[in-house]
Amino acid sequence: MIHIPAIRQGNPYKSLEKTTLVHHVTGDPLAEVSQVTGSMIARDLSKLESARKELQAIPAAEMLAKVKLAGKLFATAELPLGDGIQSFEDYLRNLSGSTGAPIVFCRRNAGKVQYVLEHIDEILAGLTRGMDLRVLDQGHLVQDGRMMCFYPTTSSLGAILPSNSPGVHSLWVPSIALKMPLVLKPGREEPWTPYRVLQAFKAAGIPGGALNMYPTDHSGAGEILRGTGRSLLFGDSTTTDPYKNDHRVELHGPGYSKVILGEDAADNWPDYIDLIVESVCANGGRACVNASGVWTPRHGREIAEAMAEKMARVKPRAWDNPDAELSAFANPDIADRISGMIDGLLANPGAEDLVLKHRGTPRLYKEGRCAWLQPSVVLCDSHQHPLANKEFLFPYASVVEADQDEILELIGPTLVASVITEDVGFIEKLLSCRNIDRLNVGPLRTNILMWDQPHEGNLFTHLYKQRAFAQAPLKRHAGV
Amino acid sequence: MSSQKVYDKVDYFSPARFFDPTVALAKKVDQAKAELDKHIVDIVRWHFSAETGTPFWLEMAKSYKFDPLKDVKGFNDLHLFGAFEDDWLRGGPISRWVPKGFQGRPTYVFETGGTTGLPKSRMVMDDFRIDYEMMSETLPDQYFPRGANWVMLGPSGPRRLRLAIEHLAQHRGGISFCVDLDPRWVVKLIKMKNFEQANLYKEHCIDQTLSVLAGGHNIQCMFTTPKLLSALDEAIRNGKLEEKYRSLGKKVPAGGLRSIKAAGIIGIFSGGTEFTPQFTREAYEEMLDNGEVYMTPTYGNTLMGLACSKPIGPEDGFKISYYAPQPRAVIEVVEPKDYSKKVGYGETGRVLLTTLTREFFVPRFAERDEGEREAPFEKYPWDGVSGVRPFSELASTTVVGVY
Repeated sequence: MIHIPAIRQGNPYKSLEKTTLVHHVTGDPLAEVSQVTGSMIARDLSKLESARKELQAIPAAEMLAKVKLAGKLFATAELPLGDGIQSFEDYLRNLSGSTGAPIVFCRRNAGKVQYVLEHIDEILAGLTRGMDLRVLDQGHLVQDGRMMCFYPTTSSLGAILPSNSPGVHSLWVPSIALKMPLVLKPGREEPWTPYRVLQAFKAAGIPGGALNMYPTDHSGAGEILRGTGRSLLFGDSTTTDPYKNDHRVELHGPGYSKVILGEDAADNWPDYIDLIVESVCANGGRACVNASGVWTPRHGREIAEAMAEKMARVKPRAWDNPDAELSAFANPDIADRISGMIDGLLANPGAEDLVLKHRGTPRLYKEGRCAWLQPSVVLCDSHQHPLANKEFLFPYASVVEADQDEILELIGPTLVASVITEDVGFIEKLLSCRNIDRLNVGPLRTNILMWDQPHEGNLFTHLYKQRAFAQAPLKRHAGV
Repeated sequence: MSSQKVYDKVDYFSPARFFDPTVALAKKVDQAKAELDKHIVDIVRWHFSAETGTPFWLEMAKSYKFDPLKDVKGFNDLHLFGAFEDDWLRGGPISRWVPKGFQGRPTYVFETGGTTGLPKSRMVMDDFRIDYEMMSETLPDQYFPRGANWVMLGPSGPRRLRLAIEHLAQHRGGISFCVDLDPRWVVKLIKMKNFEQANLYKEHCIDQTLSVLAGGHNIQCMFTTPKLLSALDEAIRNGKLEEKYRSLGKKVPAGGLRSIKAAGIIGIFSGGTEFTPQFTREAYEEMLDNGEVYMTPTYGNTLMGLACSKPIGPEDGFKISYYAPQPRAVIEVVEPKDYSKKVGYGETGRVLLTTLTREFFVPRFAERDEGEREAPFEKYPWDGVSGVRPFSELASTTVVGVY
């Protein structure tokens, strides 16, 4: 069986404690994953300042070249995996096997990681707004006549990663290019991508001291969040709430992303149905950038019916089917619980799942040891209905009617809002709306990628802080 | 030098009685079984007789359909008592647990739990002294030198551990320094998810320990738990002991103070259910200079006393097997749904504990732990348990290893 070790300063570490990953369809063991303790992590973290200095010594241009090479290797090379090696295709099959995400999704998400690595200069330009990256080499420089000086806020970037959304890996991979060592805790079912990215970095010549991956438990995750000066934390609100006042931890919780129709667009809703359905369903509907709400001043029922009619055609397919549109739940109990929760909330008057009648079958579908949740479109008669602003791990959206004047007050925190309008006054309000993190104006999907801008926080400003800097002319004494 | 024993010799069972390598294991197993059966009869007679009995048990006996004085002839008869319920230990009066035969003796009360609701209470007179003196015989003098001073980095307050370690140090001719550590407060912080304060409290405990180590007291031995051992190691590695020296105006010795070994510790007596083989390996390889600092894990609690482990090390995959101090306590590994059935050797079951001292009789108490049944071995010729961890059916509701 494959053994996935922890990675400590670039070196594999085989633990006496291991968890077993099984294939979500067959239940056959796929791999054993070495588990480490929080105390080991704490011990290793004390060594990371020297690893950061090693990265610091690599000129930015050389660093970018190495990261680009890592991107190529990630997507093409046979890279070490435990005691053996792994091809890219084997990686995709293993990733799909343990997570339940169809191979086609895994390939698409791996493509995002590859893109970020291979276009790291574009990504960093987006994060730094085009700053000359030599500032990372020397700490300061004059650009366009202005002094720029930044210092690192930490010796490492920690990341507590999820199992259910491989696309998130594109968020932490730029860390190495920013000369910051990585301390990763992979999701229980998804060690594959972090492990492979770190192997690609190593093969591309990144110093091993900066490459750390610790499969660990809850307390080990806490140790990473405590011990790294800056970190990313992915999870639901139960996981992220304890850290909401900790500026060192950047939280990536539920997105509650939405498509919003303006007064001027609502009557033309049929033109946007495909865009709405794509925003809800793309990539299995699990990403925080997938829309989980559609808000409109009118035509709520017609919009919901049209969405339901289209989304009823989304069916479970096998993990290796290239046309798969839904992820399976590797743990069917979770699907059971989510579906039960929705049914429980539907018992509150004023909401109706319109897909059920179009599909003619329940939301929950089980086959063998797997379960899928088929799409739901819930028409709510009020923004106060408990299902009006929910997000789940499958294609789910509520449809809510609200006056345009009130919508921005009612939507709550929204990671991505695609607002279809040309109303200048409404657009002005949108631009000053504090509830929206990422704003798309016009008929744009919520899940479009814009690599030239920061996405979900800015890794650069998380890892570096600007300061005022002045230096008197150096006195060069003869003979010195 | 040894402290004077104040208790009756009849309660003391030297572990060395089974250390003779020339006696075959099978013979030792038979001897231990006979010793246990005889001891059980003595203990049951003590707790259930009108002259010396324990009020709680005398009251319970009124509901029994058997006569403990006549029908209990050995270990196999303990099932007659059913399973001990830990709720019996919550609330008072504590005097109902004091055997008539010991009335008037100085009595301690030790508690477990108690973060919310009533803690479990156990009254003690000399058991902790007896248990720890018996255990002391198993400590190698090379690593726990006679006369060496100790630091007790563990829970304080109404717990037996602090007094027990202090007695152990005194028994071996040394003095034990202690820290203030209230685990109930830590449990509250964790339940509130206030991890920042919990970590600050941990640092506060470590800082107290660094002060002891920097105080020039020739500390060579230590009791601690896995989490606190890690925290101490982390602090020392990060230069906190050296900082403490400097803050006290003391010169840092040549070679520095960046490891537990460099701090002068040579023997660690440690306990806690978080003692996994992997943690033990990490401690051995990465905190204790590949075993140059000796560490011996134990498994114990206020009810039982403490169980010693077989020596640990890489040759055995850092496996930790515990053996109760028979006949004063017995560990069984049983089917979780039927405590009358022991699991097979190497199989997993719930830990069932029986305490058999004249101070305290606890028959067949289901611990909140599970593990694998271990076969008797040369020094401890009775069943043991390895891989001890929180019982899986209760684990999600239990906050463990907070100190």
